[in-house]
Amino acid sequence: MRRRTLIAFGISAVMIIVALVMVFIVCPTEATMGNIQRIFYFHVPVAWNAFFSFFVTFVFGIVYLKTRNPKYDFIAESSAKIGLVFATLILLTGMIWAKPIWGVWWTWDARLTSSLVMWLIYLAYFIIRSYISEEEKKYRFGSIIGIVGFIDIPIVALSIQLAPTTHPKAMIFNDGLHGTMLLTLLLSIAAMFAVYFLFMFLYYDLRTDEYEIARMKKRLLKEND
Amino acid sequence: MNYWKAVFAIAKKDVISELRNREIISSVLLFAVLTLIIFHFAFTADQKTILSLAPGMLWVAFAFSGVLSINRAFISEKEDNCMEGLLASPVSRDAIFLGKAIGSIVFMLIIEIVVFPVFTLLYNVSVINPIVILVTLLATIGFVSIGILFSALAVNTRAREMVLPILFLPTVVPLIIAAVSATSVILDGGKFSDITQYMLIIVAFDIIFVTVPFILFRYIVEE
Repeated sequence: MRRRTLIAFGISAVMIIVALVMVFIVCPTEATMGNIQRIFYFHVPVAWNAFFSFFVTFVFGIVYLKTRNPKYDFIAESSAKIGLVFATLILLTGMIWAKPIWGVWWTWDARLTSSLVMWLIYLAYFIIRSYISEEEKKYRFGSIIGIVGFIDIPIVALSIQLAPTTHPKAMIFNDGLHGTMLLTLLLSIAAMFAVYFLFMFLYYDLRTDEYEIARMKKRLLKEND
Repeated sequence: MNYWKAVFAIAKKDVISELRNREIISSVLLFAVLTLIIFHFAFTADQKTILSLAPGMLWVAFAFSGVLSINRAFISEKEDNCMEGLLASPVSRDAIFLGKAIGSIVFMLIIEIVVFPVFTLLYNVSVINPIVILVTLLATIGFVSIGILFSALAVNTRAREMVLPILFLPTVVPLIIAAVSATSVILDGGKFSDITQYMLIIVAFDIIFVTVPFILFRYIVEE
C-alpha cells in the first residue's frame, strides 16, 4: 500500500469517528422527525460526493480524449466507480429515510427520480465498458459516456423539477439549520470527502498496477516468441 | 467538396439505400403500430383515460421504435466495411455525423407521420394538432442526435444493439418528460403559452445534444 493511501486512511478514520460522535452524541434530536433525521448526515454528504465523483469523471474524460494518457482514464473510471457506489447509497439511505417520514419506500419525486436516472446512466457506463475488449477503445468510449452523462444530469434535474415535489429544497445555507447541525453536516461532508480520496487512491493504484502487469506480460510473451 | 453538400450527400445515400431495401422503415413501422396495439391489451380504458394516456403511449412508441431505427444507422455501415469507405472519403467526421443524423431524422419523421393517424384511428382520440406536431418535431432533433452518437458507439462494442437502449433511454429522459408533459397540456386544451417551460427544455436539450455529439463523434470513429 502506498504512503498516500495510508495517510488518506488515517485521515478518513479519524474524521469518520469525529463525524459519528457529532451525529450520534453531540447533535440534538430533530424536533419533528426524531432520531431518523440523523440519516441526513449520511444522505447529504453521500449525494455531494456522488456529484463530485461524476464531475471528476467528466473532467478527466475530457483530459483523456485530449492527451490519450491511460492514467487519466484510470482516474475517470475510479471516480465513476466510487460515484456509482455513492449514488447507490443516496438511493438506499433516501429510501430508509422516506419510509418512516413519507410512509413509502419510493415516490416519483423530482430528486428521487433524477438520482435514479443518474444512477442508471453510470450503471450503463460500467456495463458498456465491460462489452469492449480493446483497452484503448474502452478508455475512449468511457470518456465519451462520462462527458455526456454528466452534461445530462442538470437537464434531467431541471426537466423533472417542473413536476411538483415533496423532497425538501436545499436549506443548508439559508439559516434553516441549527448551528450544531450545520457543523455536524459540514464535518460529515468533509469525512465523506476523505473517504472519497481513500477509495480513489486504492482503486487508481489497483488500475495502474493491473495495467503495468498486463504490459509486462505482453513484453514477456513477445520475448519468448 | 462543400461541407453541407457532403452532409446532404450522406443523408441522401442513407435515404436512397433505405428506399431500395426498406430494411429499417418496414419493420420499425410495423413495430411502432404493434406497440400501439399492445397498449390496447395492456390497458383497456375509456375515451377519457385514453386521452390522458395518449401522450405517454405516443412517446413509448416513438422511443422504442426510435431505438430500433437508430440502432440500424451504423450496423448497415459495418457490413461490407462501408464505414471504412465513409471515413476514407474526404469529408470531416462531423459532416458524417450530421449526415447520419439527418438521415435518421427522416426515418423518425416517417414513423411519426404514420403513428399519429394510426393512433387517432385506433383509439378514436385526435392527437393531430399543430402544436403537438411542433413539439414532436423539435423533440425528434435532440432525440436522434444523441441517439446517433450512442449508435456509433454501440456498434463498436461486442454487445452491439444491446448497448444503445441502456445508454440512450436514461439520457433522453428529460426530452420524454418535456414532450409528454407538453403534449398532455395541449391535449387537455391548453395554449402554447402554457407549455413554454417544456419547450425551453426541449430546445435546450436540442442545442446541447446536437453540439456535444457533433464535437464527440470524431472520437468514436477514429480507427
